[in-house]
Amino acid sequence: MNFFIAEIINAIKLGSIYALIAIGYSIVYSILGLINFAHGDLMMVAVYSLWVLMNLKIPFALAVILAVIITMLLAIITERVAYRPLLNNGEETLIITSLAVSILLQSISQAVFGIDNKALKVPVFFTKRIQIADFTVSVMNFVILAVTIVSVIVLAFILKKTRIGLAMRAIKDNSLAADFMGINRKAVIVAAFGIGSALAALAGITYTGEYVSFDPQMGFMLGIKAFIAAVIGGLGSITGAALGAFVLAFLEIFFAGYLPDSIASYQTVFVFLILILVLLVRPDGLLGKNAKRS
Amino acid sequence: MEKIKDKAIFKFITVVVIPLLILIVIETKMNDYYKTVVILLFINVILAAATNFTNGITGIFSLGTASFMAIGAYVGSLLTLPPDMKCSRIQGIPAFIAEIKLPFFAALLISGLFAAVFAGIIGIPILRAKGHYLAVITLGTVIVVKSLLDNLTSITNGSRGISGMEGYSTLPVTVLVTVLSLYVMYRIKTSSLGRGMIALKNDEDAAESLGISRFRVRLFSFMISAFFAGIGGCLWAHLQRSIAPSMFYLTETFMILEMSVLGGMESLSGAIPGAAIITFFPYLLSDFSTGGEIFGIKVPKINGITNIVMSVLFILVMIFRKGGIFRENDYIFDAMFSPDTYSGLFKKEHDDVLKKDV
Repeated sequence: MNFFIAEIINAIKLGSIYALIAIGYSIVYSILGLINFAHGDLMMVAVYSLWVLMNLKIPFALAVILAVIITMLLAIITERVAYRPLLNNGEETLIITSLAVSILLQSISQAVFGIDNKALKVPVFFTKRIQIADFTVSVMNFVILAVTIVSVIVLAFILKKTRIGLAMRAIKDNSLAADFMGINRKAVIVAAFGIGSALAALAGITYTGEYVSFDPQMGFMLGIKAFIAAVIGGLGSITGAALGAFVLAFLEIFFAGYLPDSIASYQTVFVFLILILVLLVRPDGLLGKNAKRS
Repeated sequence: MEKIKDKAIFKFITVVVIPLLILIVIETKMNDYYKTVVILLFINVILAAATNFTNGITGIFSLGTASFMAIGAYVGSLLTLPPDMKCSRIQGIPAFIAEIKLPFFAALLISGLFAAVFAGIIGIPILRAKGHYLAVITLGTVIVVKSLLDNLTSITNGSRGISGMEGYSTLPVTVLVTVLSLYVMYRIKTSSLGRGMIALKNDEDAAESLGISRFRVRLFSFMISAFFAGIGGCLWAHLQRSIAPSMFYLTETFMILEMSVLGGMESLSGAIPGAAIITFFPYLLSDFSTGGEIFGIKVPKINGITNIVMSVLFILVMIFRKGGIFRENDYIFDAMFSPDTYSGLFKKEHDDVLKKDV
């Protein structure tokens, strides 16, 4: 029983992180129709920026904010330089370019910081363990969950109550009509990248805060898994992305936890089997009725 | 007046005679280091062409070539390694695998077939997907195959991999296999089936209305591509003489994609310049990646400099010349595999004159 609850806590933790990344994917996808392979690597960028800033003796809170801003700036720059010239060139072009951007970010951080693992030392407050009934849970677990919930609320507010959010929803529903209404699509794309990358940055920081070690390639696999989560939930739908993230995290954690070791090592195989299964049975995902498919 | 580049003799000299002479010089004069690089180039040409076959010609955007290559490499290696070597190197290998020992060419063919069958099996469910979905699923194939190779230790020896293969992939063998593979792919591309593939890429609904089965043609193309990727992998294994699952992972996937895109995805000939750039580039930049001096200027060691330069180049190509070097033209193979090039050599001048009069 204890093991079961510990596994649930792990799954919620992992699910929250997947959700942050998957929601970012979904936002960019619903505006651009672009699967940004470099999205996962933005997490890595955030973590490295934070690490550098902390080494510069900048207070932790400020360093986190700066790291998120740096990541957003970088995402907006890549959008401006690499994706914008290609917007009308078909999805394959965008996939290839975003793969190239992903490799570029990884290689640059390898060149600058080396290929070996580093450790992120968050303030002691976060690693403190709290006793609840029979369990000790680190503060970081709550922080992760809180960050995810707050981000989702803020995001919902932006989408529902602000002008830019309205414009985003308009483009998602019918981009041609949105163009006719005089919506500035470029500004919306920039906003989507900004929001998406901020979420990725938060995901990266909380992930590394919990699992400590990081390296230049940490983001790629996480990014792919978050993409799968977004597909499970329904690409383009934000609730769907969050739901898919938790579904994937629960399946993954329980697969690894409850099956014999000889099978549990096939965890990645299992994840992709889920993806194929979802695409076969419900190509639009669990909630993705409105997801546009090209 | 016939342009010089359309003359049979010009085509014959540029695509057949000159490359042959260069290869003969390399085979007889160069040392093993350079030969290895050239063999690698030819293997990369097969891989890039196989990728173009699906990605550019049929319009199935697949990132899975490295996984088929891995299957080819492992099957080929297991078939050619002597039984006692297999038993001593791989713990708990099943007897029926250990006992097989085949000649290289049989192993080459079987490794291709294995990859093709694997592609057929996974292709049935995954080829329904399109675009992004297909890209991620095929990338998933690479990840899944690596995970299988890592975990099926009794057959693949896990992450340590297999070594000790004979160096069967000599320059003449590789060139022969490459030319044959390219010939087959080119002939399929120019056949009615190949035109069906191109039609499917350009307009699926129109193609289907003309009786081209979307599912069958796409599956066939996927399997053919996997077959040649498998052959490329088998050659690769017998060049490197030691393989491990990590060699057929994301780096390799990205390299294959680069070759395919830089040369021009929609052209089989594009595989040649694409593979040449990607094969030789790391050697040009090797001074940077190890540190050292270039033109008397000291450069520090930069990890992954090749990848940085390649990915920037890649983005630039996507922005400024989306079709790659060759776009959809097949200049090289049109000249190399067309019977006109060879029959044209023996044609007399007045034949042309007569033709014009008619």
